[in-house]
Amino acid sequence: MIQGFVSRISGPVVIADSMMGSKMYDVVQVGEDHLSGEIIRLEGDNAVIQVYEDTTGLKIGEPVHNTEEPLSVELGPGLISSIYDGVQRPLPALAEKSGCFISKGIYVPGLDKKKKWMFIPAVKKGEQVAGGDVLGTVKEFHIDHRVLVPPDTAGIVSEINEGEYCVGDPVCTLDDGTQISMIQKWPVRKGRPYLRKLDPEFPLLTGQRIFDSLFPLSKGGTAMIPGGFGTGKTVSEQTLAKWADTDIVIYIGCGERGNEMTDVLTEFPELVDPRTGLPLIQRTIMIANTSNMPVAAREASIYTGITMAEYYRDMGYDVALMADSTSRWGEALREVSGRLEEMPGEEGYPAYLATRLAAFYERAGRVTCIGSGDRTGSVTVVGAVSPPGGDFSEPITQNTLRIAGTFWALDTNLAYRRHFPSVNWIKSYSLYLDSLDGWYNENVSPEWRDLRDKSMYLLQKEVELQEIVQLVGPDALPESEKAILEVTRMIREDFLQQSAYSDKDSFCQMEKQFLMLKAIHVFFDSVSDAMVKGVSLRQITSLPIKSELSRMKEIDDIGKIHELIGNISLKILALEVES
Amino acid sequence: MNPTLLVKEYQTINYVSGPLLFVEKPRGISYGETALITLSNGEQRTGQVLDISREIAVVQVFEGTSGIDNLSSKVRFMGESPHIDVSIDMLGRVFNGVGKPRDRRPDIIPEDTVDISGMPINPYERDKPSDFIQTGVSAIDALNTLVRGQKLPIFSGAGLPANALAAQIARQSRVLGGGENFAVVFVAMGITFKEASFFMKNFETTGALERVVFFMNLADDPTIERIATPRCALSVAEYLAYTHNLHVLVILSDMTNYCEALREISTAREEVPGRRGYPGYMYTDLASIYERAGRIKGKDGSITQIPILTMPDDDITHPVPDLTGYITEGQIVLSRDLFRRGLNPPIDVLPCLSRLMNLGIGQGKTREDHRNVADQLYASYAYGRDLRRLVAIVGEEALTELDKKYLKFAEEFERRFITQGDQNRSIEQTLSIGWELFSMLPDEELKRIKIEYIEKYHPAYRAE
Repeated sequence: MIQGFVSRISGPVVIADSMMGSKMYDVVQVGEDHLSGEIIRLEGDNAVIQVYEDTTGLKIGEPVHNTEEPLSVELGPGLISSIYDGVQRPLPALAEKSGCFISKGIYVPGLDKKKKWMFIPAVKKGEQVAGGDVLGTVKEFHIDHRVLVPPDTAGIVSEINEGEYCVGDPVCTLDDGTQISMIQKWPVRKGRPYLRKLDPEFPLLTGQRIFDSLFPLSKGGTAMIPGGFGTGKTVSEQTLAKWADTDIVIYIGCGERGNEMTDVLTEFPELVDPRTGLPLIQRTIMIANTSNMPVAAREASIYTGITMAEYYRDMGYDVALMADSTSRWGEALREVSGRLEEMPGEEGYPAYLATRLAAFYERAGRVTCIGSGDRTGSVTVVGAVSPPGGDFSEPITQNTLRIAGTFWALDTNLAYRRHFPSVNWIKSYSLYLDSLDGWYNENVSPEWRDLRDKSMYLLQKEVELQEIVQLVGPDALPESEKAILEVTRMIREDFLQQSAYSDKDSFCQMEKQFLMLKAIHVFFDSVSDAMVKGVSLRQITSLPIKSELSRMKEIDDIGKIHELIGNISLKILALEVES
Repeated sequence: MNPTLLVKEYQTINYVSGPLLFVEKPRGISYGETALITLSNGEQRTGQVLDISREIAVVQVFEGTSGIDNLSSKVRFMGESPHIDVSIDMLGRVFNGVGKPRDRRPDIIPEDTVDISGMPINPYERDKPSDFIQTGVSAIDALNTLVRGQKLPIFSGAGLPANALAAQIARQSRVLGGGENFAVVFVAMGITFKEASFFMKNFETTGALERVVFFMNLADDPTIERIATPRCALSVAEYLAYTHNLHVLVILSDMTNYCEALREISTAREEVPGRRGYPGYMYTDLASIYERAGRIKGKDGSITQIPILTMPDDDITHPVPDLTGYITEGQIVLSRDLFRRGLNPPIDVLPCLSRLMNLGIGQGKTREDHRNVADQLYASYAYGRDLRRLVAIVGEEALTELDKKYLKFAEEFERRFITQGDQNRSIEQTLSIGWELFSMLPDEELKRIKIEYIEKYHPAYRAE
């Protein structure tokens, strides 16, 4: 056992001496309060430790005890609907032990060891099993929690039991005597193994028109949402957490506001998943490390989250992970790096920032899982980025841009005029468009891609026309271009704007999204036709059909939108040319 | 503070740099501990340990280092982190930046002693803020609603009337249908005596002075003391809120001065600077102050914060407002433009935001149409403002009839809705001004409002 002594304390960074033999990223217990920490540098006899708890009151010379294990999480039934801090301590259990404020040196296991789960075996005695094979299942809410053979284990089943067990009890014994329980420990900084990565072919549907229809994200893909304060990053992340069509959602509040976590905590049990009809909390795992909680635990929180995501992926599920915000994680890196007196890179961030970010985002993906039985699962990562001053040229935004597949740029000016979601349609992009084409063709409409591209063309055209208007006034434009401005205004206001707080519109089915977009384009085409005949734009815009179009969001009945689409050209083409 | 036998005194100050002392060969002291420094002339100052190793301890001195020598000054470590004595009797009293009375009245008799740095609230134990606070200011109540337990800063510029607005909010705030179990903690950091006395007079005229605790670190007081001031004040606020069940409003003025002090220490420690020389950990540091607002499950009291900060050169992207905006639940932004045009309060509603607004409004709290009205006012005003830019280039004649209406709407919105001076408007009054403004626009332009609300509240329909 390696035991050393504290020789220097500087905020969350502690140096201990006599630590010879320690390994990088070993978990240590610091001081008489047993604060947990992790070794992040070794210098001869000295180990540099980042401590996950407040170090106030720690003294020079207090003992440091090395557990000789890397930082790990406990994986097993009971994760879903839990709320953890950055190092997987359940917050309700912490509250029970230390009251409404978080005090130091408390150890609480990540999973409830006393709760019994009904285990139903899927293999029989004498069967050959290897890492990743399904031993049996446990019902965790409505999800079949598949208990897997740990990745590096194999053998012949010599005993397997059905019945009620705690997570720590062995449920299966192999011929070499290895006992397997429902719990697995896995080091958070190491990705869990998979067989092979697959191409992104399925969209992650969110019920948000600007995302699904213009800039789709794929299952197993990565997305970033950068935006200055008040642009709606958190609301976007929460909306995605609510409506993403995945089996499991992991929501990481990384260095963000306490009241926002409370909001999620109180709202999710009440909200119902539109696909399963069950409370959203029954598919959600929450990790809350608010901005005033220790900074080193914030650094660990996103690894804790993604390890849990990979665990459910290995069972063959689609998992979405929301990290709000990765900038706070980067700042935690910077703070620790600064205390280590490392040579700073850009804006004081450590030089390894890009490597760390890339390593994190690359743990996303759609994979064929290890083990027999052809299972595919995916982890989709959506990271919010909070660039200082809303300036996208800063290191975290730029480094994330290089790896993220979908870029949803939030725009302060749109937020100021309460255009939400304030995603800037000119700056945003999705690299998954082409690979998702097949799915949209088959499941939405062969017209989808065409309509999407046309909308983008019109929105781009609008920017050019607006520049002219700014110079010479709107009257100088020919009628046909005024019509474009009219239609793009409809796209912006009647299609892209979507209130997260509306009862009817906070979630929009893909079919309805397509029809809404189609209605707007049918309108545009009819307008163009009518104008060739000589009908004036003013005549068309005063038709009641236009305000009917603007209320499409509130229509529940898809049939009514079909009807509306049929009416548009009739009404417009019926117009007579004014003399 | 009772000196115990175990306390050792060090005379080993090696060097002094800016606000920092470096004490050699410290033994058995802990990180974050309080230090008591005795100067050669007998004067005593307090400090805190920032960094320790076997060889040296770095101590930041709250009252400044002038007069400290490295020969005969002594340092005594007190064995615990800085604490403050708290009591309900602190109401109506004035303290300095570290909680010592400065109103020439006796020391308080402590009911308890608490650690000034506080502990993070377990997010699971937080209660959802949901009580609407009526501030009587239309731009806040209707568009950026304040709720109990929120932290809503005022972003001001040099010379803008942020203090007057904060005082007006403190004076008029009430919770609809709620009791008046309130207290105010006013924290002055580096503001002038004139500004501080403005607040004092203001509270005096409303007779609320007995419900206010003042913490005063004025412009000529030691800078580094400001590091401790908001923490002391918030500890008192927490004590009043969670032990005495009061609803505490904390006004912090001015956070920019606090950040200057933070930068000064960081520079003295030769840390790698972040943006504009502010330390990289400023976000975390500010969060440890702002996140102390909120409500806790099972406790009646609450802490609502209104920090005031001055945006240097009116720049909202400056690190102080920027990091604040990332932590707080919205912001109220004052505009020099509107101030020059004589609007009072000069609140520029477009960059303003209240993130917790939805929790405090709607049926049963304010009124069912509140959300819709707010959205519509925003959309219409923003459009009207855009047109102004266009008019500057092409003239008003080039606009369509509808656009002319929007232009007029924006003007009336500023003149009748934003401008209110000392008026105390109820939420009903505020919303009905909004509806009067809507009647300037055609009904079909009111896309953000449900048709049923239009029929119920629109003046044109109500007249029938």
